Amino acid sequence: MTNGSIHNKPELAQYDANGQLRHLVGIGGLTAAQITRILDTADGFNTAPGTAPTKVPLLRGHTICNLFFENSTRTRTTFELAAQRLSADVVNFDVGTSSRTKGEHDLDTLYTLQAMGATLFCVRHPDDGAADYFARHVAPGVSVINAGDGTNAHPTQALLDVYTIRAHHPDFHNLRVALVGDVRHSRVARSTIAALQALGATDIRVVGPNAFLPHDVDQLGVSTTTDFAAGVDGADIIMGLRIQRERIQGSILEDENDYHRHYGLTANNLAHAKPDAHIMHPGPINRAVEIDADIAYGPNSLILEQVRNGIAVRMAIMALIAGGRTPNDTT
Amino acid sequence: MNAPPDVDELIQRLADGLRPLVGTPADTCVVGIETGGAWVAERLRPLLDPELPLGSLNISFYRDDFSTLGLHPRVGPSTLPVDITDKTVILVDDVLYTGRTVRAALNELFDYGRPAAVRLAALVDRDARELPFTADVVGQRLAIEPDQQIKLTGPEPLTLIFQ
Repeated sequence: MTNGSIHNKPELAQYDANGQLRHLVGIGGLTAAQITRILDTADGFNTAPGTAPTKVPLLRGHTICNLFFENSTRTRTTFELAAQRLSADVVNFDVGTSSRTKGEHDLDTLYTLQAMGATLFCVRHPDDGAADYFARHVAPGVSVINAGDGTNAHPTQALLDVYTIRAHHPDFHNLRVALVGDVRHSRVARSTIAALQALGATDIRVVGPNAFLPHDVDQLGVSTTTDFAAGVDGADIIMGLRIQRERIQGSILEDENDYHRHYGLTANNLAHAKPDAHIMHPGPINRAVEIDADIAYGPNSLILEQVRNGIAVRMAIMALIAGGRTPNDTT
Repeated sequence: MNAPPDVDELIQRLADGLRPLVGTPADTCVVGIETGGAWVAERLRPLLDPELPLGSLNISFYRDDFSTLGLHPRVGPSTLPVDITDKTVILVDDVLYTGRTVRAALNELFDYGRPAAVRLAALVDRDARELPFTADVVGQRLAIEPDQQIKLTGPEPLTLIFQ
């Protein structure tokens, strides 16, 4: 699981010959129809704020394992809630108290949990390509959902992002999106860009200091600018991104205050944006660095809606993966 | 094979049969099972009492064939406009066949609350029940060959077709 190794393998088949979703390790290769099916399914699980959450018996008998080798609050919680609301049994693998600290290989951990009856793994890992690697090693009938691997991909976050956007801007072809911040190290940005493009979005801008702009702009098919005002001009969606300190080697950003002044989602900077532009952020937010609290929780913010939608979208992915398969069907 | 029965006539028959079972809008609601049952429920309500709360159930997440067939291509949220606890629910289905759809609908209803009573109205009742359900009111009973299907198409016009 070394950086870049995933690009040297044949692409993992995320759908089987019958068009059944088997793994979700990335957005790459998904069609607009496949993404739309996931989003439409999520609609069925979504309840209005303040109403009782949907709990359905779809995955009764299934064991879903949250295999998190990296810290997470909202992602793990929403995966857990999604599984519980589908009536699955849920195991949360805590890396801090696991045998991994005794030297157990990650695959041994996977095989052990698989032997205990886990049929679906939601994997978060610091290494690029980890979810793909696990998906190639699980037993037939066992599935993997990528909950974020290194700087590579975070497909469920991307799907909940486009789900949230769709509710406010159904026409992706005429959508203008500005991603502001550390795109270079952001798995969310890569996956969200891919999902937006699959649904027809063409005007995607990446805004930030040079140190945060991606190296592979040509491959991503986005425009880049270091000028915040130009980048957010006319944008319907402005998505802030967290500075990925844990993935940055050495000091890449000299002055956070300077970053906040030039690129932070602040009232002052957003004066350059449309008054009705929606603000998004995958979380967790660094207040007073990439976003101010009054913007994060202001009238134009969709951030808490993103969190709420994360449960329905993950329920949809789990349901589509497990559908047509009994819990004991590992052949 | 005779021509399929006229849907409007069957809905009128359902309304006549249901009237003694329907209370006031405060204690009764009409709930149609998606998709055909919801169409029928929508036509049925004005014939009973236009003020009755109207809801719909999408039972995709409660079907017992999920593990073999997967999710239905069209899933959507169920809509119950009122708390059904302690109310009489007029549950409306288009074709009562094996009883599995009704089973799923009841499971879902009870996830929303505990109704005082559930009355089942079926536009058509055909043979081959697999679960012990019977409708309180039926538009028409039809004996259909096992290899045949009867289907309600709609929403405008509502038509029964043999397949």
